Amino acid sequence: MSAVGEIAGLAGSAGSAGSAGLSPAAQAEAVTLAILDDLRAGRHRGVIVDSPPGAGKSTLVVRTAAVLAASGAPLMIVAQTNEQVDDLVERLSARLADELPAARIGRLGRTGYLPSARLAGLSNVVTASDVDSLGEPEVTISTAAKWAYVREGTWPWAIVDEAYQMRSDTLLAIAARFERALFVGDPGQLDPFSTVTGDRWHGLVWNPMQSAVAVLQRNNPDLPVHRLPVSWRLPRTAQDVVADAFYPFTGFRTGTGFGERGLVVPGPAESPVDDVLDVAATTGWGLLELPARHTMRTDAEAVAAVAQLTRRILERGTLATSGGERTRITPGRIAVGAAHRDQVVAIRAALGGLAATEGDADHPAAGSGSGAGAFGASGAGPGSAGWDGQVVVDTANRLQGREYEITVVLHPLSGRRDATAFHLEAGRLCVLASRHRQACLVVARAGIRELLDAHPTSDPVHLGEPVRFPDGWAANQAMLAHLATSRVQL
Amino acid sequence: MQNRTEDRTEQRLDRLRGRAPRRRHDARTIAALTRNPGCARRAVLDAAGVDKELLARQIGFAAPFGQSPFAIVRGNVFEARVTADECAALLTLLAECLDTDAEAGADEATSSDVIYLDLGASGAGPDAEGPARRLERTEAVLRSEAAARAGAGSRAETRAEPRRTVLLAHPLLRLAVGGQDVYLEPDLLVIRPDGRAHVVEIKSFAVVDGQADGEKVAAAAVQAAVYVLALRRMLGTPAAVSHDVVLVCPKDFSNVPLATRVDVRRQLLALDHQLARLTTVQTLLDALPPEVTFDLAPAADGAPTRPAGELTDALDQLPARYAPDCLSVCELAFRCRQEAAGRTAALGASVREELGGIDTVAEVLDLAGGARTPTESQAEAAAHLMITARMYAEGLSAGQALAPPLAPLPAPAQLQASLSASHPVPASASASVSGGEHG
Amino acid sequence: MTAISSYARALAVATGTAAPTATVRHAHLSARPFVLVPLTLAGEANAPLAAMVGTAWDEATLLVVAQPRNRDLRFAFADQLAQIMLPHVLGFAAATEELTSGPRSLDAPQLIVPNPAGVEFVRLFARSTRFRSTEGEYAVAPNVPVLGRWLTFFAERAEIPGSSLMLAVTDLLGLHWATGQSALEDANLAALLGWIDPPPGLRGAAAARLAEDPRHCPPAGPTTDPGFDTEQLAPAIAAYDTAVAAAAADPAAGSAGVARAVTRLENLLRTQLQPTWDLVWRALDLLDGLPPGASVPARWETDRARYTGFHTYMVEEGLPQARRDGAVTAARRLNRIEQAQAAYDADRAFDDPLVMAQHRVTGEAFSGTVVAVERDRRIPNGRGKGRLVTRPLLTVRTEDPIRLTVGAKVVASSRRRQECVIEAIDIPPEGGGLLITLEARSGMGRSAVPAPGTVAEVGESLCYSAVLADGVRSAPMPDTADTPWTHGGPPEPYEPTEKDTAEAWE
Repeated sequence: MSAVGEIAGLAGSAGSAGSAGLSPAAQAEAVTLAILDDLRAGRHRGVIVDSPPGAGKSTLVVRTAAVLAASGAPLMIVAQTNEQVDDLVERLSARLADELPAARIGRLGRTGYLPSARLAGLSNVVTASDVDSLGEPEVTISTAAKWAYVREGTWPWAIVDEAYQMRSDTLLAIAARFERALFVGDPGQLDPFSTVTGDRWHGLVWNPMQSAVAVLQRNNPDLPVHRLPVSWRLPRTAQDVVADAFYPFTGFRTGTGFGERGLVVPGPAESPVDDVLDVAATTGWGLLELPARHTMRTDAEAVAAVAQLTRRILERGTLATSGGERTRITPGRIAVGAAHRDQVVAIRAALGGLAATEGDADHPAAGSGSGAGAFGASGAGPGSAGWDGQVVVDTANRLQGREYEITVVLHPLSGRRDATAFHLEAGRLCVLASRHRQACLVVARAGIRELLDAHPTSDPVHLGEPVRFPDGWAANQAMLAHLATSRVQL
Repeated sequence: MQNRTEDRTEQRLDRLRGRAPRRRHDARTIAALTRNPGCARRAVLDAAGVDKELLARQIGFAAPFGQSPFAIVRGNVFEARVTADECAALLTLLAECLDTDAEAGADEATSSDVIYLDLGASGAGPDAEGPARRLERTEAVLRSEAAARAGAGSRAETRAEPRRTVLLAHPLLRLAVGGQDVYLEPDLLVIRPDGRAHVVEIKSFAVVDGQADGEKVAAAAVQAAVYVLALRRMLGTPAAVSHDVVLVCPKDFSNVPLATRVDVRRQLLALDHQLARLTTVQTLLDALPPEVTFDLAPAADGAPTRPAGELTDALDQLPARYAPDCLSVCELAFRCRQEAAGRTAALGASVREELGGIDTVAEVLDLAGGARTPTESQAEAAAHLMITARMYAEGLSAGQALAPPLAPLPAPAQLQASLSASHPVPASASASVSGGEHG
Repeated sequence: MTAISSYARALAVATGTAAPTATVRHAHLSARPFVLVPLTLAGEANAPLAAMVGTAWDEATLLVVAQPRNRDLRFAFADQLAQIMLPHVLGFAAATEELTSGPRSLDAPQLIVPNPAGVEFVRLFARSTRFRSTEGEYAVAPNVPVLGRWLTFFAERAEIPGSSLMLAVTDLLGLHWATGQSALEDANLAALLGWIDPPPGLRGAAAARLAEDPRHCPPAGPTTDPGFDTEQLAPAIAAYDTAVAAAAADPAAGSAGVARAVTRLENLLRTQLQPTWDLVWRALDLLDGLPPGASVPARWETDRARYTGFHTYMVEEGLPQARRDGAVTAARRLNRIEQAQAAYDADRAFDDPLVMAQHRVTGEAFSGTVVAVERDRRIPNGRGKGRLVTRPLLTVRTEDPIRLTVGAKVVASSRRRQECVIEAIDIPPEGGGLLITLEARSGMGRSAVPAPGTVAEVGESLCYSAVLADGVRSAPMPDTADTPWTHGGPPEPYEPTEKDTAEAWE
């Protein structure tokens, strides 16, 4: 158990599964069955499912939706963005086509909504901007923002996806539409935010600034909480560090063991940048450390290092191994993450044509998180001249829920003189450190440890407001300690 | 080896402090370790036990920290009221506040006995018998209670031990801080029927409709966390001391006490980390010239006689990490602010960041106006500052052209002069101002 | 802190005087503001000690609570304040204009306090008075709960960005000037004004240091200086207590002693209040020297409408506002505050090029010159049937470091009714800045050809900003009675009870 865990009296990593003898698949299946059982029994108005990164959340949503649709009760699904909605429509369409050919999916869009191209050919999907025009589909899917304007009708069941990203007031606006609901989300990611300070509501169990799951639990403390136990995305090398730093109460395990995933980097290393890639090939982590210096957010050297590292992954013909298969890493399977928008702009500029332009990260073709099996969409072999796809460069906020083979991260604290709550937020680091299937490469200036050591503790404490845990400062310490073992100095 | 280093450190710290008695840590000063842990000046002076308040006064930068007599009276009155009659007023509140625990059944509160022990009650005053005895007794009670619960736990079926609540008034705790034993006096400890001890902190700021001043709660929370940490280290069993402390404050606009649970895990993490770091003080001492001392050279009446200039020179050898926040927490802050004049850090961390992290205001303005060639590491900041300066100048002149002030602005001439001197408006800017400048 | 305000702080350090961060005034200032400078007794929960109030610099009224721990005296203070304040507040209600949405007063009262702590004092004082009963065992004067409800109204409006019904002077000054010290130090009104308007011969830093010395300049409150408490206030209050005790023993001889003790306290507290009172009015004069921003009257209209609305509520129902927001109220209020914030941010930038400068630094706005216009461009409306819509194209050359991308919506400060969308961003072949191609989508009149003057012409200088008010209406919330189970279910309907009035009275 970590020092952090000892202080806080936490469970430690991977402690909760309680069925250590089972295979990952069997463990995950057992939890899924328990969830479905809870739903069928109708003992509770709400069921909460916490999902660590890449634990098959979407798969669960689609499977549950199919089960509920088969039961004959109309179902509403709430997602947070149009892209998330379209992802779900696409996957659910395929599933229902097999299992319930007669079932229809209604995709509700805003006024003037035009369905995206990928929904066009789906024969069991109807789209409209008002509920009445949809007919009475078995499943109706839309964003929370759109659902808020549906003023009539009640659905016996709702599935709320990415519920930790949804704000309490948004849930309030739609809660009258359903009788019972399944809430699914990742508690380790970024909290919803507001442009205003909400001191007035501190301590209220219905504080409108908190997440939908938080408001639900504080008002209904007896709701069952299930935890998906297996991350299919993250490699074994990420299990302990991510679980300890970001999921200290629950932990999780990875679906693969040591040695099942990894990178093969052909050719000799020619520079420290190459060295860090080699280190990451075996450890799953790499820290490329630049000399300590206080810099602007858009630290030109760090940005250049991020770009160079990204290029070298491709230039060296890096291969990803998974289950005995080797596949060439293409630009579309790499993501670059940073904390600030101006950093993202600078990195995109440094990558030139290799980087996807603004907004491309919204398109799932660039790498939608969909659990096991998302890999290998593109198979450009070594020696292929043009790159397939482009590297997605974006902020942590916008990388939430996405999945790539390799991520390159500009550390949020790199080059800083002081850390703010924004830079220390555990969710931000968690998103950046848990998008990868193979390896996560971090670029940072030396000196973050000293920065954390000197960080003053002076945040106000509000009575009755649950403490957000894990603490960002502690999570950063834990992460940094782990990265230090995979460090290469530039 | 280890001991020699410690001896060396101690000797150096004693020399730094000089003839004055060592200022001992208390819960407040330990809590303060987390407020600006990067400040070497504060770290060294605290480790040496230098009286910072007296030092500040002697060098002419007395800190304006004082407590109003009205606040002191109110605090005393409230505490007396809460602890009167063996804390009778508190018992129900504590039960209500802590029984939200899942493990505590509703029946416990009624069936449990309450034992009140005043560990400071015997003898003339709390320290009449010396701290050692009181510490011993505190520890003995805590251990025997823990043992009793452990026994009861293992014989859970028989329930031989009565499930009771123990209230400990005036306990004394010990915590090792940088090699020194520090004695701490929490207001109250309560040991619940489940065997867990909770720290109870009595404060006289009001909780109105469930809300209190976040800064004051934070200060109380970190202070309580010091006690939790001390207890956990004394007992060696972290689980025996809850990270939920109880804050007792006046409710609304009255003197009626209200108890609230406060989770101090984050404060514990920070304290634990900073206490562990105190060992690094030797590194700071090694960097100090051997002759440096903060000896105030007290006269027979205790009044310091050391010349202010010498003390100021000594302080100059110890780098401070000044931030505006220091003004509300550190006795030396006024001196450090004076030193920081002209530096961007004195304007606040976020201002410094927006100014590209450039160290001094003079450099900022020179870079912004193109009067100085940036070093390689300043290039990005300089580019940012030049843009900012251009936008500022354009915005100001465009705005004043659109809407001339009804009355002359205070001292605008001075500002305009400085703007036009070092920050000429680029040619491209004049176009967008569109000739309104003379209007 | 923004880049612009930080740079202005650096300038202030160098010049020794505060640097402007606004060229227009972004708040409404009343011709007759109601200024309230409160003091509280240290340690107590918002116990009023004294206040200086009035609507003109030379017409200050001093209110004193001789023994702030005495709750009867506290509520006597509340009654006195109500007697002065309520006629002023209610006096704006009669003169109204009739709008389709209902009546709206032609003007509204404005409450001015020295600093945010003064706003907090008002909020808590309102909380401690609005539930009081005017009959029964703990009766207070009929004015007191009414005052409490009005003060609650002011305190709640003070949370709405852009509202001018209650303003703190330090906030107001900080919006328009940057000093050469930190934001934390700016909380001291005297120090802040020392930078903005230093006394002759002093630089800002020296003036601010002087202002920080409580012996030279008493704090703007509501907390008093501990040194003053110890040396002067405590003996004076003790003397009052002694005089009251003496008067109880011998009413005939003692009443003069009580009067003397009260006068002593009044004189003492005047020394603590008068300097702040003067600073507040000086600050208001300075702010009055700035011309109002273009959108200030519209925001004040909203304030006037809210004032009339609350006045009507007080006449018709007048129940005290709840202690805390229920789930539905909280969500509605959050949405309202967020919308007001977005609108206020956008308005301020469009009103004031110096505020816009910040958005230009971050690349969310750009200023430039129109180099080409395709005025009569018409394109299919996208809904079939061969209908065409007018969509002029403008090309603007800018030197600004923009960070906007194709598809971004922008509006020009000089053409606020016209929404444009960025169609292309190109580097001109001859170099030098960027060429931004914009498609104008609205604000051109109804005919097929844009109305004259509705489309910018070549050579025109414009500043486009993507910082726009969030036009989306916030989601409708359920009625309070229909609060869903996710948020705790319908709350018990609030009814004032005996408990409310008995609370905290001892």
